[in-house]
Amino acid sequence: MHIVVCIKHTPDSEAKMSVDESGEVSWGDSPLILNPWDEYAVEEALLLRDEHGGNVTAISLGPEGALEGLKQAVAMGCDQAVRVWDGFCEGSDTLSTSRVLARAIEKLGKVDLVLVGRSAIDADTWQTGPSVARRLGFASLMYVIKIAELDADQGTIVVERLLEQGREVVSARLPAVIGTTKGINEPRYTSFMGIRKASRMQYPCWSTDDIGVAAEEAGAAGAAVHWPRIFAPPPRGGTAEIVEGTTAEETARHLVAKLLAEKVI
Amino acid sequence: MSHSDVVVWVEQFQGRPASGSWEAIGVARRLADQMGGDVTACLLGGNGSRGLASKAMHQGADRVCLAEDEQLREFRVEPYVRFLSDAIRDADPGVVLISATLRGRELGPALAAELETGCVADCTALAIDDGLLTATRPVYAGKLLAECVVPEHRPQIFTTRIRAFAALEAEPDRDGPVHLMQSALSESDIKSQVVDFKPIEGGVGLADAAIVVAGGRGVGGPEGFRPLRDLADVLGAAVGASRAIVDAGWMPYEYQVGQTGKTVSPDLYIACGISGAIQHQVGMRTSKVIVALNRGAEAPVFKLAHYGIVGDLFDIVPALTEVLRERVP
Ligand SMILES: Cc1cc2nc3c(=O)[nH]c(=O)nc-3n(C[C@H](O)[C@H](O)[C@H](O)COP(=O)(O)OP(=O)(O)OC[C@H]3O[C@@H](n4cnc5c(N)ncnc54)[C@H](O)[C@@H]3O)c2cc1C
Ligand SMILES: Nc1ncnc2c1ncn2[C@@H]1O[C@H](COP(=O)(O)O)[C@@H](O)[C@H]1O
Repeated sequence: MHIVVCIKHTPDSEAKMSVDESGEVSWGDSPLILNPWDEYAVEEALLLRDEHGGNVTAISLGPEGALEGLKQAVAMGCDQAVRVWDGFCEGSDTLSTSRVLARAIEKLGKVDLVLVGRSAIDADTWQTGPSVARRLGFASLMYVIKIAELDADQGTIVVERLLEQGREVVSARLPAVIGTTKGINEPRYTSFMGIRKASRMQYPCWSTDDIGVAAEEAGAAGAAVHWPRIFAPPPRGGTAEIVEGTTAEETARHLVAKLLAEKVI
Repeated sequence: MSHSDVVVWVEQFQGRPASGSWEAIGVARRLADQMGGDVTACLLGGNGSRGLASKAMHQGADRVCLAEDEQLREFRVEPYVRFLSDAIRDADPGVVLISATLRGRELGPALAAELETGCVADCTALAIDDGLLTATRPVYAGKLLAECVVPEHRPQIFTTRIRAFAALEAEPDRDGPVHLMQSALSESDIKSQVVDFKPIEGGVGLADAAIVVAGGRGVGGPEGFRPLRDLADVLGAAVGASRAIVDAGWMPYEYQVGQTGKTVSPDLYIACGISGAIQHQVGMRTSKVIVALNRGAEAPVFKLAHYGIVGDLFDIVPALTEVLRERVP
């Protein structure tokens, strides 16, 4: 089995985000981390490889900083890692990202499974998985909380998807793009040996030219969606109105009166 | 048809419509009226889906493209994208709206890849500005908002956040034509098959609930949820949980609200024994009214909440349930 896992490097979920006058977004001195949702995808790729054999390739579309995410993936146990980037990739939306990622995955040769996280915690679009699946012509199975069966020889997979109303059990023919969600596994920590292996690994960086994507198809030039303005939402009033009473019952009555006045009950 | 027209996907599950789809039709109506166009609702489902077509009309659609086919009973990306992309190529609308349910958030980007266009996910506002449709959506876990536009590609696809827009009042007299369409794929072209469904117990779904009663570590253990469930029952509310509770194994992951769980935007969110960590806030800050019950007066949740009660949830929650129960005849 050849499993590809797509990862992104994002600001930490604790980071204080701000926008300066020119509209530039910054996250202060908070470090970039491996997108937390992608840890589940990496872990699942490793578990599947260990059970069914084969190897795992981590791939990330991103500038120099994306290397740190790839190193973490290798330190967790991925067999190889590829970064995709050149100046033309700057300013991507999902349309251009999915074109570039799909072509890069094709360049990797035969692929049985592509794993992605639910979403990247920066723009939080949840779109890369379904778009890449469509471009590759692979089955698209998002929100997967359990891989129930995988038959590598037959090329079939059965997964449970967590939807609003419950768990949907789906069987599909490989190759497939699987979007993992929290609860599918417990991502492992990186080991000392893993970190050492990661620091010695070679990380090829493919350009748009290497994967055969035209410059105008990538990055901002190839994007459909533009975001002319990013701003901080107006701050919430500040502190709650504290509701009190001499007894719990009186407090409850006061609160219920307020909620009735707000017309929310 | 023209670029002033809007197409909306109407989602159904086991024959029941997703309420978010009616919200999306409401947005579509407003935009189409502003642009001087029409609203077409696309409805895919198994046999017996026709009744939903008239409902879509009541909610504001001018016409419905209906595909009633057992192959379409269950949502699957391949046949759904095939059908919708055919319908959209045919109609050539300027805008496609999809409710940002989980299925909607999977369908939108797949459709966008198929049509080589852009999809703006999880919009909380949509307005026409100088002739260009501008979508507002939360980014960086709602710490920032982005205004997004699709200047050139058509159709532009948007998924609308559940409960961020109000559905129109149903007009039972509204009617319009229903165009029957057929699925264009044979079963052997479709790579996936739904083989089973295991529903979530406990009724009200978190994502589209009007009221959510959520518990955090303050409930003290799995049994601590009991009073919260009682309160949820009198309110007809859904139950939610913080990650601390899910990690402790007191509630299944399905109930988790927050960055690594669900995003909810109910009219009323009652946080019981939840400290209000930033990752929890991400999943509930857009609720209309937030009530915090916490025994620590310094808990960050009081900075976010509209109303707060400082006290023990095991006193307050049962008292609330009692007071509310009196109101029910
Ligand atoms: C990457 C990442 C993702 C995360 N994703 C999520 C997420 O999706 N959702 C989420 O919720 N969290 C998430 N977290 C965790 C988050 O940071 C907090 O740890 C978590 O929300 C805390 O849960 P809590 O409020 O229930 O517990 P605590 O922070 O322990 O708060 C318990 C509160 O209960 C109060 N209390 C105790 N007893 C009582 C009583 N008897 N009556 C009244 N009040 C009482 C206490 O005063 C306290 O304020 C994430 C963290 C990380 C790092
Ligand atoms: N630039 C990227 N490089 C590699 N994988 C990505 C990239 N962007 C997104 N992904 C993958 O797609 C998932 C969903 O991201 P998004 O669509 O941005 O919310 C992530 O969890 C990653 O697995």
